[in-house]
Amino acid sequence: MTMNLKQIVESLGLRVLVGGDLLDRMVSGGYVSDMLSDVLANGTVDCLWITRQSHQNVIAVASLLGLAGVILVNCPEPAPALVEKAKEEGVALLMYEGTTFELVGTMYEEGLRGCKRA
Amino acid sequence: MVDNGVLDVAYPVVGGDFGQAGEGASKLKRVLQQIGLAPSMVRRIAVASYEAELNIVIHAFSGMLKAKITASKVEVWAEDQGPGIPNVELAMTEGYSTAPDHIRALGFGAGLGLPNIRRNADAMEITTALGTGTTVYMAFSNVVRKEQ
Repeated sequence: MTMNLKQIVESLGLRVLVGGDLLDRMVSGGYVSDMLSDVLANGTVDCLWITRQSHQNVIAVASLLGLAGVILVNCPEPAPALVEKAKEEGVALLMYEGTTFELVGTMYEEGLRGCKRA
Repeated sequence: MVDNGVLDVAYPVVGGDFGQAGEGASKLKRVLQQIGLAPSMVRRIAVASYEAELNIVIHAFSGMLKAKITASKVEVWAEDQGPGIPNVELAMTEGYSTAPDHIRALGFGAGLGLPNIRRNADAMEITTALGTGTTVYMAFSNVVRKEQ
C-alpha cells in the first residue's frame, strides 16, 4: 500500500510547517527514532521519519537519505532555523499534536508499514 | 579542482558546531550528484561521510572532510585535530560511544557511527594518535553512474 504525503497529512490532521508544495510525494513507509545514526542506518528513500528531535541536523539527515519528510511529535515549537533549513533542503516538515503511539497506530491502520532497508 | 580526470574537494569541519554539522557531507553529495553517480552510490558515500563529519564535530577541535573522485572510485578522508581514539576496536563496536550526555540528547552518540561507515564503505581504515587526532579513510569502489 502506498500513499502520498497529502493523504497522510489529511487523515492525521498534520500541521504542514514546510512543504505545502511537496505533498504529492509518495511515501514508502515509516520509521520512528530519536537517534540520528539509527535513522542513517535504517531509514530508506521516500520513508517518513517520526521523531521528537527538532534541531537542524534532523533536516540534514532527512535530506542526505532522501526521506519523504519528517513528522515532529511531542516536541516544542521548532526554531526558525529548523524551518529555514527544511525550506532550503526541500524537506517536508510536518507536526502532529497527539502522541507517537497514536500517530503510528493510525498510519498502520491506514495501510502504511515500516520502511525496510534493502 | 579537476586534474587528469581526478576531482579533489575539501571542506573544513569545526568541532562543536552543530549548526554547521553535516555541511561538508551535504556539499560532497551535491558534487557526486552533479557528476552523475547512481543515487544508491551517492547515498552510501553521503551517509558514511556524514557520520565521519559528525564524529569530528562531536569529538574533535577541528578537521577536514576531503574527497578524491576518479572514474573508478571515490575516496574520502575525515581528518581531525582532536583527542584520538584510545581503543579503535572498542570504538568500532556497535553501541559503544564516548559521547557526553548533552550530545546524546541531540540524538547522536548511539555508538552506530563507525559501524555505519563500515557498512556503507567498501574499505575503511582508522589512523589515530592520542592527543593529536584521527583520520578515517573510506573508499567506495565500483563507481556506478546513473543510467543515461
